[in-house]
Amino acid sequence: MKTLLDCHKTCTVKIVKLHAKDDLKQRLISFGIMKNIEVEVLEHAPAKSTIEIKIGKMRIALRAQEAALIEVEKI
Amino acid sequence: MNQENQNQDPKACPIIANHIKVALVGQPNVGKSMLINSVSNAHLHVGNFSGVTVDKAEVLFDYASHHFTVVDLPGTYAFTDYTIEERVTHDYLCAEEYDIIINVVDSTNLEKNLQLTSELLTMSKKVVIALNMSDEADKEGIKINAEYMSELLGVPCVKVSAVTRMGIEDLIQAVVTKYETPQTNPKLVFSEPVEEEIAQIVWYLDKHKYEAINTHRNIAINLLKNNKKTYAKLHDNPIWTELQPILIEASKHIELHHDSDDIKEAFAEEYNSFNRGIVAEVVKQKKQDKSRTVTEKIDSVLIHPIFGIPIFLFFMWGLFQLTFEIGAIPMDYIDMFFGWFGDTIGATIAQEDIRSLVVDGIIAGVGAVVLFVPNIIILFIGIALLESTGYMSRVAFLLDGFFHKFGMHGQSFIPLVTGFGCSIPAYMSARILKNDRDRLLTLFIIGFMSCGARLPVYVLFAGAFFSPEMAGNILFFIYISGALLGILSAKVLKLTAFKGVDEPFVMEMPKYRLPSLKLIYHTVLTKTMMYLKKAGTFIAAASMLVWFLSNYPHNLILEEEYTTKIEQTVNEDEKTKLQFALDEALLEQSYLGTIGKFSEPIFAPLGFDWKMSVALQTGLAAKEVVVSTLGVLYSLGGDVDEENDSLMGAISKNISFASAMAFIVVIMIYLPCLAASVVFTREAGHIKYFFYLFAFTSIVAYVMAFITYNVVLVLS
Repeated sequence: MKTLLDCHKTCTVKIVKLHAKDDLKQRLISFGIMKNIEVEVLEHAPAKSTIEIKIGKMRIALRAQEAALIEVEKI
Repeated sequence: MNQENQNQDPKACPIIANHIKVALVGQPNVGKSMLINSVSNAHLHVGNFSGVTVDKAEVLFDYASHHFTVVDLPGTYAFTDYTIEERVTHDYLCAEEYDIIINVVDSTNLEKNLQLTSELLTMSKKVVIALNMSDEADKEGIKINAEYMSELLGVPCVKVSAVTRMGIEDLIQAVVTKYETPQTNPKLVFSEPVEEEIAQIVWYLDKHKYEAINTHRNIAINLLKNNKKTYAKLHDNPIWTELQPILIEASKHIELHHDSDDIKEAFAEEYNSFNRGIVAEVVKQKKQDKSRTVTEKIDSVLIHPIFGIPIFLFFMWGLFQLTFEIGAIPMDYIDMFFGWFGDTIGATIAQEDIRSLVVDGIIAGVGAVVLFVPNIIILFIGIALLESTGYMSRVAFLLDGFFHKFGMHGQSFIPLVTGFGCSIPAYMSARILKNDRDRLLTLFIIGFMSCGARLPVYVLFAGAFFSPEMAGNILFFIYISGALLGILSAKVLKLTAFKGVDEPFVMEMPKYRLPSLKLIYHTVLTKTMMYLKKAGTFIAAASMLVWFLSNYPHNLILEEEYTTKIEQTVNEDEKTKLQFALDEALLEQSYLGTIGKFSEPIFAPLGFDWKMSVALQTGLAAKEVVVSTLGVLYSLGGDVDEENDSLMGAISKNISFASAMAFIVVIMIYLPCLAASVVFTREAGHIKYFFYLFAFTSIVAYVMAFITYNVVLVLS
């Protein structure tokens, strides 16, 4: 399974499934992180502890643990 | 009908008949508070990161013949009740009485913002959409057809800009018009399979003539969305037994259609595709530029994996340098002014006790605090810049990895930095942390971030013991070591008192914005005025109390004894020395002296004399009082150095270097002021946490000061 955490900088992928638990899933959805949405990975923080992604025009910071719960596929 | 009821309510509005209560709703950081400020000339706090408004704020104003109450609700991404802000907004919108919703959206990111809008549209309330930041959208080549959008959604959409005040009147007009026309249903359509299921439930409710305030369509949508309240209502109705199987079947169909086992997720996708449809219809954008936006270019430097953190540290260092260097320039003048003012006023008062009260008590105490206004202003400007440009979120991004290792959350950074200004808003902004344990942990750590009121103490001591070139660095060092100590304590607390699961880190990184001068001016002015007001009231009163405690009881025997001695000596130098000894002896036997002497043994291992011990104790009321207490004590206590009669001089003369360093450490760590402690207790939710905080900070402060004192003694 490829997750958002595996993506390199500047690559664009499509979300396949959210493997997060209920609360976190709601939280991700409220930020527009949901199935069939295209995501671009913008930046990695030191040691890849946090990543910055872009959905539409919104930039979102995610911790590595959370990014690892988002299954993605190449477009 | 609604309107008439409102008009008859005499309490709601005594003078103007047409009273409209507006709920202002929007996603975080879309400029809700700024819009209110533009509309009503109020001065609500505005920042460029999510979660500035944690409480709902009410603003009242009149426009034409209408009286408005606008409730500024905390920003929320979706209509859920996961976070505290979301809960405040959700509960308000569901349970409170209001006439109309203004939904503020960011025109430059319409699709994202409509996610909340579409949920609001299912609420059967009157809604007006404010397309905010239209000026920015224009610059970015985004054209929104507001009329067509109004038609498609079935609610008025008005282009506005809170910054340039464009369209504000149109917006108010639209609100009035909408308020005066009867409620119509917005046109929100779902995909065919969902619409089919809705139609079936509506048909069923119609058939049984179910009576409710909301439309049947609304009830059907809420039922499908698993809305708890709607469920609870229908659950007690006899039709429930028949309705339930229909609902289960419908949910199954929808979930199947969306290939998901989560109905909420399915509905989120429904809303999303509806929004995409709307955006495709009404937004015209010039060929989207594939090249990086300005924000992304800036980000590539500021959140660079290697340079990001050094750049941040450099900014902080620069801020403290400026705080000291520029802040020091007007200090001499302020000092001179209060010296002159004291002398002038003193000359007009004949009665000695009253003169001493006014000059040595009030003027010396308040003067010592006002002296630091320039430093405070610079620090507040720095924090306001950090908040309003959007840099704050970047730092949270950079530091989350580091913070997380110490059991904290990247977003803890926001209350922590706010804590450099004042602990009170910092305690309140800790609400952006959703997890109770994380929030409590952050609350305990905020005190380690030295607040603006402690700055005077540091400036005083840094100025007294270091050269002016070094003082700025020392200041930076004090703040950084306080912060590091805080982070270490966080780790200890996380491993002991606050064990538990970590909260996820999901945060919007807002667009960089040039800070508005007007905004910074207002923020800094408000905070500075608060500081000055405190100096004029609370600090003045505390100074009077300290003066009283240090002047009474009078000891006439002692006075006579010295007076005869002074009269007998001829040598002028001897006379001065004797006068000094008298003052000192009088001070020591005063009430304050007694308290100080009593507590001196406790502080003796840290190298504090009784004056410092007293200053620490009065500092529990407010940190500025530490300075004013020292001011009163040293101006009374025979500070007779003719070359340097300032407090700084008195301190460097009377206090040893090691004791001074230990004193700074205690000030850094021990309990925040009374007002902050009250807010802490309120935010933490129980009085027991206050006692924990008291014990925790006192022990850490004492131990650290003891180590500092002895290490410095050995080294020097």
